[in-house]
Amino acid sequence: MSQPSNNGVEFWRWQEYHRIMPNIKWTDKDIITAGVDVGSVGSKAAVMVNGQAYSWGITRTGSNSPESANKALDYALVDTGLKVGDLKYIVGTGYGRVNVPMANKAITEIACHAKGANYIWGSTVRTVLDVGGQDIKAIKIDETGRVVSFLMNDKCAAGTGRGMEVFADLLQIPIEEIGGISLKVEKEPEPVSCTCVAFAKTEAMGLLRKGWSKEKVLAAYTRAMAVRMANLINRVGLEKELVVTGGQSKNIGIVSRIETILGVKCLPMPNWREGGLDPMVAGALGAASLAKALYEKARKG
Amino acid sequence: MIIYYGYCDGSGEFYIVVDSDKCSGCGKCITACPEKALELQTEFIDLEDKTVAAVKEEHRKKIKYTCEACRPDKGDTPCILACEEKAIKCIHHTNICLGRS
Repeated sequence: MSQPSNNGVEFWRWQEYHRIMPNIKWTDKDIITAGVDVGSVGSKAAVMVNGQAYSWGITRTGSNSPESANKALDYALVDTGLKVGDLKYIVGTGYGRVNVPMANKAITEIACHAKGANYIWGSTVRTVLDVGGQDIKAIKIDETGRVVSFLMNDKCAAGTGRGMEVFADLLQIPIEEIGGISLKVEKEPEPVSCTCVAFAKTEAMGLLRKGWSKEKVLAAYTRAMAVRMANLINRVGLEKELVVTGGQSKNIGIVSRIETILGVKCLPMPNWREGGLDPMVAGALGAASLAKALYEKARKG
Repeated sequence: MIIYYGYCDGSGEFYIVVDSDKCSGCGKCITACPEKALELQTEFIDLEDKTVAAVKEEHRKKIKYTCEACRPDKGDTPCILACEEKAIKCIHHTNICLGRS
């Protein structure tokens, strides 16, 4: 969907990468499981050794879900010495979960994100906001990562990763800088009135013509989306600790505005660039963790 | 767990709420719904698959209109009355603001 008007520069394009945790070694005796989370925009796969995060890969979802699932899992296995056949149990999740061909079981992304957030941040997490490519979920969990309640707003792409990609392209700002730039306003502008991405884009173009800076337009859009997310959290009932998962957890403009609106601080984002866990992989990590539990349960009979 | 089906938009909030711990999967709400908007679905709870009532995918984005005829704002709807476990409820509020602060 690169737009010719941007001379082939794909501002929306985010970084695909894979990671291996250096401190973990596996042997044939270990319980090695995987979770494959095929989202509407990104496909993520994570491998766990005895329930500990070992490796993961993040790629863009293509038009074919089984292919995207394979691609993500292969990416997570790069340089690990593992083959798909070495994995004891694989759980598929996400929007495309029924199309994960190698999965032993498909589980909703709600259960997986709950478990993943519990794994990344620990037992104090009670509210998880997952901002994915095409929907937003507010999930309440207990200390074990079990889902207590959840709400999925799947009405449209408003306030999701996809909407942010559209705005990155419109404003010609690289997607990974969009959060920081949205905070470069002296005074927070009124949020855009349209939550629909297509209409919000039109509204934003009008504001640009009126002479608003890119920063101000972006702030107005990000603000509207953060308000929308805060409303979902309030509906399920905000309880500390709060965390954000999914691709938009990396958007500081969204996260800091949610904190301001709700008056609470989220648990700090792990340093995913330097060896930390990546909240974008929360669903895949949760799936891999549930895969281990299911494998052990099956073995016990 | 409590599952919210529906959405919040500029015109208000509209949800059918199912408590999967209470739901027995008997299907009486499904028969009672004049719009045939409900069905049984599998939810993954405590490492088990449980069959519970759910709003059909195609109705989740238009629940405000699907449920309109039953007047959820006036009180008990056929699905709520049919449920012996009190596992289902409606949240229908119009004109609540999206919290523009």
